[in-house]
Amino acid sequence: MLKVKDLKVRYGMIEAIKGISFEVDDSEIVTLIGANGAGKTTTMHTISGLIKAASGSIELDGRDITKLPAHKIVEMGIAQCPERRRVFAQQSVEDNLFLGAYTRKDKDEIRKDLENVYELFPRLKERSTQMAGTLSGGEQQMLAMGRALMAKPKIMLLDEPSMGLSPLLVREIFDIIKNINSQGVTILLVEQNAKMALSIANRAYVIETGRIVMSGTGEELLNSEDIKKAYLGG
Amino acid sequence: MTFLTYLISGLALGSVYAIIALGYTMVYGIAKMLNFAHGDIIMVGGYAAFFAFNKFGLSPVVSILASILVCTLLGVIIERLAYKPLRQASSLSVLITAIGVSYFLQNGSQLIFGSDTKIFPAMLMEGSLKLFDGRLMISYLTLFTIFTCVVIMTVLTLFINKTKIGKAMRACAEDKGAAQLMGINVDTTISITFAIGSGLAAVAAILLCSTYPSLSPTLGSMPGIKAFTAAVFGGIGSIPGALLGGLLLGIIENLTKAYISTQLSDAIVFTVLIIVLLIKPTGLLGKKENVKV
Repeated sequence: MLKVKDLKVRYGMIEAIKGISFEVDDSEIVTLIGANGAGKTTTMHTISGLIKAASGSIELDGRDITKLPAHKIVEMGIAQCPERRRVFAQQSVEDNLFLGAYTRKDKDEIRKDLENVYELFPRLKERSTQMAGTLSGGEQQMLAMGRALMAKPKIMLLDEPSMGLSPLLVREIFDIIKNINSQGVTILLVEQNAKMALSIANRAYVIETGRIVMSGTGEELLNSEDIKKAYLGG
Repeated sequence: MTFLTYLISGLALGSVYAIIALGYTMVYGIAKMLNFAHGDIIMVGGYAAFFAFNKFGLSPVVSILASILVCTLLGVIIERLAYKPLRQASSLSVLITAIGVSYFLQNGSQLIFGSDTKIFPAMLMEGSLKLFDGRLMISYLTLFTIFTCVVIMTVLTLFINKTKIGKAMRACAEDKGAAQLMGINVDTTISITFAIGSGLAAVAAILLCSTYPSLSPTLGSMPGIKAFTAAVFGGIGSIPGALLGGLLLGIIENLTKAYISTQLSDAIVFTVLIIVLLIKPTGLLGKKENVKV
């Protein structure tokens, strides 16, 4: 589905991503784990077209999308649920969800997907007319995920969905991610909470200062001594 | 009775400020820049209506539409040529560019139209409404100006809050990156914002020139600065703020001229602005954003 080849990204003189390659296959959950500043969010933003790649390529179903503008990439079927959620605080929950479907024209289908999102996140339905800024952190995370789903993506990029949430909520969010995946949406997940991410991922890549240093199935990495030491707290 | 007359004409002046302030506030809200050339677009709108009506003999309605069209196009072109290349530049560079565009328009029109003052034709209604046995006279133009402002505010508020494009504009105003992740084309949205603001500048131009019928290449600068003040006064980025700021500014200015001093009116207007900003730095209706993490 998604193929990243030898991707390099620069901020001015600094090379943040130093040539990474990875793949996400149809209906997989793939996770990129790594410490703060490793380049995970930069990778996500580059896939979504918010940052331009210096070199390398990004392909979706065999089509090169490296140079497409961000709004076209959404249309192609890549939706991102960004780090720190970034919901539109001054718009209602429902308007946020409809903004997620901005590029779509199939009104009836959008309605159906809205109902599906409400089923997945009943709390959003209860608060549909509330301003998104008044929601709790967990609810905002749900809204951001629901909003990304409204784009009817082939692949959903999830950037740090667990950030700032209580352990109980983190578990709930990860259950929902599995649920979304079982509905046929491929998932690329970026997480600092490596344990959680690896436990639901089919495959994982470890990224360190702009390079991929290790890869394997979620289980393999969970049991790897290096990973345990570096990311799982011994 | 005279107080009421001053109040109503202040309201009309304020309506014009409010319509201009909308252009500043919307562009600031979405593109996060101060378009100091906005006042000069008013001037171009005035000339466009003047030529359409006087030289080409078009009807008032067609002349107004022509003026709106010219300004809308001008606004979009300015944004494309002067501001869009600076999307990633510092806000200071953009500000200086905007001032440059302002001088360019002023000097350009001096070159094309000459620096002599032209008389703006009476293309809108004439005559007055007489109330209380003629003790209170309000010109139809005054009433029309206030009415136009009310219509514009209503339509624009509905547009921003109810339509898909309007919601996309608000999304861009809050977070451009997140808006892009929704599939919103931010460049197009900014163009639309400039188009609306500049089209409204043409409407303001015609109302303003009909009330004070003299055309010169610098005619836009003072109303431009006052409307900018009104936008800041009401809370820049806020549409109701532009309305409130514009109306208050017009009323304060007119009442000061009537009861205190014509010469001091601008000084007093700006003093009020400074006091308001000292007490409430975000302006009357400006929001302080609380972001939950």
